[in-house]
Amino acid sequence: MSLETILTGLAGVLAAAAPVIFAAIGETLTERSGVINLSANGKILLAAMAGFAVAVSTNNLLLGCLAGMLIGSLVAAVVAFSSITLRQSQVAVGFVLALMCRDLSYFLGNPYMGLSGPRIPSLPIPVLSDLPVIGVIFFRQDILTYLSYVLIFAAWVWIFKTRPGLMLQGVGEKPAAAFVRGANVNRMRYIYTLVGGALIGLAGPTYSLSVKAGWKGTISGLDGIGWIALAITIFGGWNPLRAAFGAYLFALLQWLGLVLQPSLPDIPSQVLQVAPFPLMILTLLLVNIGNTEWVERVLASLPEGVRHAIARLIRSLRASPPAALGTPFEQE
Amino acid sequence: MQRNKIQWTNIAFQLGAVALALGFTTLVLLLADAPPLEAYKNLIIGSFGSTKKFSDVLVAWAPLMLATTGLLVTFTAGLWNIGIEGQITLGAIFTTGVLRALQDTSAAPTLILILAILSGMIGGALWAALVGALKTFGGVNEIFGGLGMNFVATALTLWLIFGPWKRPGIGSMSGTEPFPEALWLPQIAGLRLSIWSVVITIAALICIYILLKGTYFGLRLKAVGRNMRSSFILGIPTWQYMMASFLLCGALAGLAGAIQVTAVYHRLIPSISSGYGFLGLLVAMLVNYQALWTLPVALFFAALNIGSIQLPIVLKLDSSLSGVLQGALVLSVIIMEGVRQRFLKAARERS
Repeated sequence: MSLETILTGLAGVLAAAAPVIFAAIGETLTERSGVINLSANGKILLAAMAGFAVAVSTNNLLLGCLAGMLIGSLVAAVVAFSSITLRQSQVAVGFVLALMCRDLSYFLGNPYMGLSGPRIPSLPIPVLSDLPVIGVIFFRQDILTYLSYVLIFAAWVWIFKTRPGLMLQGVGEKPAAAFVRGANVNRMRYIYTLVGGALIGLAGPTYSLSVKAGWKGTISGLDGIGWIALAITIFGGWNPLRAAFGAYLFALLQWLGLVLQPSLPDIPSQVLQVAPFPLMILTLLLVNIGNTEWVERVLASLPEGVRHAIARLIRSLRASPPAALGTPFEQE
Repeated sequence: MQRNKIQWTNIAFQLGAVALALGFTTLVLLLADAPPLEAYKNLIIGSFGSTKKFSDVLVAWAPLMLATTGLLVTFTAGLWNIGIEGQITLGAIFTTGVLRALQDTSAAPTLILILAILSGMIGGALWAALVGALKTFGGVNEIFGGLGMNFVATALTLWLIFGPWKRPGIGSMSGTEPFPEALWLPQIAGLRLSIWSVVITIAALICIYILLKGTYFGLRLKAVGRNMRSSFILGIPTWQYMMASFLLCGALAGLAGAIQVTAVYHRLIPSISSGYGFLGLLVAMLVNYQALWTLPVALFFAALNIGSIQLPIVLKLDSSLSGVLQGALVLSVIIMEGVRQRFLKAARERS
């Protein structure tokens, strides 16, 4: 393989990770406020279809992207209304929506199947794109990929370095305490669910107008992405930087699967495409295992030196969900 | 409020939920420029229009019902067994494996079938045990462990179909080489339906109903589902109970997979689970986890699936309409339940 193929391949990995980053960070923001939105898988498909349909009918890419975000927010509004206002199970509502939106996208998207449509053009950044190696990988992308770079850091700064972000953490960890300090818990949960939903929705048109341009119904290859994004949210420990790392790792593995295909003729391509999943389970295991009781018990029985080393390793991997995740809050 | 009045309010809200779902689906049909009444008519004719069509509904009903029955057990324990799709798939893989291994031996076909179906149940239970172990010992939420295992199960199926179990010549998406008719569950003459799959399904439902409603195990499992911490303090071995519910559900899901292989497709195909695991989750949610109601509702959902098959031919509509209607029903029942609770609370506060 030549250096050039590798460089363009890596650039492709960054572009392919962009929608996963949108979705995982959208979900991170939502879950930080204490709401699980399980609908991502169907929502991304519906937003991809709607974004493509709008872009084809209006020949306007921006409208396509906005349509995807609007769909994301609308679906998120159903989750927020039934779980925050009506206090029904978030998991149940999200799961039903994940299935229903998927079928809805196939049903309504039928007339748009296989149409050729507009595609977001790549936008090399002057000067930076001429840099050796880095220029090819990072700066010859389209606007959505650049947006994904910005979003990673913006979300991280927002959550960890600003006052509203601190409040957001409080709402997800100890809603009662945040309420006492003047936070309108349920309103904030609504806002973050809608904003997070819009970001998850944006993942849709990022696929249908850029990464996997077009709409091909059931063979669009998008079914499953939303579930991956949810797994990456956990893998990321509700931290945008770690979530982005997970998204890049996932995209890299899928690319490697394609690249290695010719040298492994016995393994069908469909198998390599799902190769990241066992790894995902393993990482979820590593991230979560530190939270279990028996690990603590085993650790306690180990000799001092070994224990410290292992405990440090486990602690560095461990991630705990926001304490109030999935529980409704009664503010009276 | 009097009891009577509350009951009428409940019925009114349930009818309201159905109306809401139909309203939403009609809106979707209008959006797609389709004639709603024609579409609904086709759904009904396509599923109940003839003996043959109704028997096809029962063909779909059996595995869906088995999956739902299994899910009743995990839901009772408060677990979301989303990994059920993979458990159905592994059941089908194990069944196919045993059929392939024994089909050229001199063993009696009935014996081979029984062994194959039993190993299907073991396959499903093993796959569920993995999700259970990930949850109990690894702290991995069963929803995400299960989802991941679903994808792995799909990959395993594809690898088998294109690799070691490929058809003579070249492997294809149409699946493995079909089994000889001696290894099919016997079918009713002229129909695709095997009476055995219906019998097995009803037997499974009765067993699980008795287990959940009439035994000490069922009662304790319910306690674990309601409040794990208090059950643990009261001396119930909680993780063993959770594991047992995973194993039971996995075995029933595996049985559904075994039925798909021995009674429906007679081979292993890429999408062998037909989505019945996820659909079973919807059925269980819709009936609010009451065992007996699953029977008619699963039949109705199976009818929608079969009825929608002719939509693309007759009306040029995508068959995913059935999924839209099923999802809309569950969603509006959940929403109306929330509204009802608020309504009753407000009424209580007024009086």
